[in-house]
Amino acid sequence: MTSIILRTATRYMFPPLLVFSVYVLLRGHHYPGGGFVGGLFAGSAFALYALAFSAADARKLLRFDTRDITAFGLAVALISGIPPLFCGNAFLTGTWWKMPLLTGGVLDIGTPLVFDIGVYLVVLGVLLTLVFTLGEEE
Amino acid sequence: MTLLPVLPIIIPLAGAVLCMLFRKSLMLQKALAVATSFMMLLTAVCLMAHTARGTIAVMNVGSWQAPFGITLAVDMLSSVMLVLAGLLAVAVSVYSCFDLDGPRIKFGFFPLMLILLMGVNGAFVTGDLFNLYVWFEVLLTASFILLALGGERPQLEGSIKYVALNLLSSALFLAGIGILYGMAGTLNMAELANVVKDGERGGLVTMVAVMFMMAFGIKAGMFPLYFWLPASYPTPPAAVSALFSGLLTKVGVYSLIRVFTLIFTNDPEFLHGLILAGAGLTMLSGVLAAAAQYEMRKILAVHIVSQIGYIVMGLGLFTPLALAGTVIYLAHNIIVKTNLFLVAGAVHRLKGTYDLHKLGGLYKERPGLSILFIISAMSLAGVPPLSGFFAKLTLIIAGLRAESWLIVAVALGVSLLTLYSMTKIWAYVFWKPAPAPLPDLDPMAPGKWAAFLLPMVGFTVLTIAIGVFAGPVFDYAQQAAGQLMDPQGYIDAVLGGAK
Repeated sequence: MTSIILRTATRYMFPPLLVFSVYVLLRGHHYPGGGFVGGLFAGSAFALYALAFSAADARKLLRFDTRDITAFGLAVALISGIPPLFCGNAFLTGTWWKMPLLTGGVLDIGTPLVFDIGVYLVVLGVLLTLVFTLGEEE
Repeated sequence: MTLLPVLPIIIPLAGAVLCMLFRKSLMLQKALAVATSFMMLLTAVCLMAHTARGTIAVMNVGSWQAPFGITLAVDMLSSVMLVLAGLLAVAVSVYSCFDLDGPRIKFGFFPLMLILLMGVNGAFVTGDLFNLYVWFEVLLTASFILLALGGERPQLEGSIKYVALNLLSSALFLAGIGILYGMAGTLNMAELANVVKDGERGGLVTMVAVMFMMAFGIKAGMFPLYFWLPASYPTPPAAVSALFSGLLTKVGVYSLIRVFTLIFTNDPEFLHGLILAGAGLTMLSGVLAAAAQYEMRKILAVHIVSQIGYIVMGLGLFTPLALAGTVIYLAHNIIVKTNLFLVAGAVHRLKGTYDLHKLGGLYKERPGLSILFIISAMSLAGVPPLSGFFAKLTLIIAGLRAESWLIVAVALGVSLLTLYSMTKIWAYVFWKPAPAPLPDLDPMAPGKWAAFLLPMVGFTVLTIAIGVFAGPVFDYAQQAAGQLMDPQGYIDAVLGGAK
């Protein structure tokens, strides 16, 4: 499909969609959102790109193989369960680290966020594996 | 120690991730799969040693206390199943290193196999009903792909039946979970056991129990909804068939045992009577269907059904001795059935066919392989002193003590018919002279052939060992059955933290 309207729109839509996906991922910490939805947003950005241009172009834009992204996401999620073990807690217990900021505040960073990033990557990887495979079948 | 119960889930997942990351290298994937399987077996043995004296290993994932979080609880039955899954993983991964073609491995056979094992292990360790459902979905999704991988016509046909019936069973399972949750307000199995024991909602509980019986019964391949099994199991490559026939139906059986010893013990007369009737019909229909087959792998696949009947028979009788028989039978059956499928795969590799009419004369050519087959086949039929004999003996004594004459008669009759099917394979494939000389397809060097046979030799030794050391095995099984018959220990171990 070659539609100049879709292509131009996609060029403008693509960056905000990706930024928004990260925003949803981080927002999921306290509010509705999270890795799953964020991953879907990012995936739909690339799917849109694949529709407007071609799956091969979208692959090029992504740079990494979709299956690598999936595997890496699984690994990140798995690793996020390990830190609590060093504090004598059960696997996957939420563990927090208070990071002092230069501005004087304190940022809470925890393993749930790492887990969510893993989910984000898995969803992105699986979704794009499906979309690209279907898109290239024709 | 806090980590041990979750390791059977983490290890295969980590192995699968590594296999996916290194998917370009066949060698590395094979090495990773074999190493992961050995680590799984090692953890399972550690867990078995830990639980052998009746302690139940409990872990609350994410430190969320039971009954609110997901609890993993490993008792003696779970640890036996984990060890068997580990053994099977080792055997199948070694076997598929030699047997599987490059494209299938490239497409992701090993990651899928490891994900499947993660699902199986997860189902064995979990103490939460919804979590059990999730593990079922994990293993089913992996098995759908493994079954269809390769895309040959009969494979796809079998897959459709498999997918359709398993989705039906999952839907039933989920509906049962929903009703149970609405009724009891919890899905922690130990908590559920307490709620059901209070016994206020008798009729509804029994109805939900029947739903669970049907859901797990379909997955286990019980009468009357077992026909997906012979349609799908004989279609994929031998390694996949062996993995499925050894393990997948047993997850259904395990869940049946878990649920009907821990939770639904409110009306044993009706519920366990129903299971017993199902067991008898399963045995009978499976063995009769097998007698009509003339394809080596089909016979073995249909026989799974009749074997499931024996395993479930112990649960239906619902006495400590019968449950001990069930535990021994589970172990025996996983070992022997997998081995028979592996041998069938080796025969196919040599001759390129499973057809009994075309095969023949293998005893002359490959006496080693033939002996491996006949030992497992006789064990399946229940010839002493092999593992099958003691498993059947225990069940039949339990049946006689419970004065269930009919089921004992069925079990004995089916045993004879099993012997008939096994000797049929033996006579056609190994004994009779080859009808037309088939080309020897085997290009393997003797050293490699020996390594290829190694998993089968291991399993054959195991079935003999269970027969020879029947005493200690029986003691262990009896202890495991004692734990199952008196679930208070399990309930206390899981809810102990919350009280």
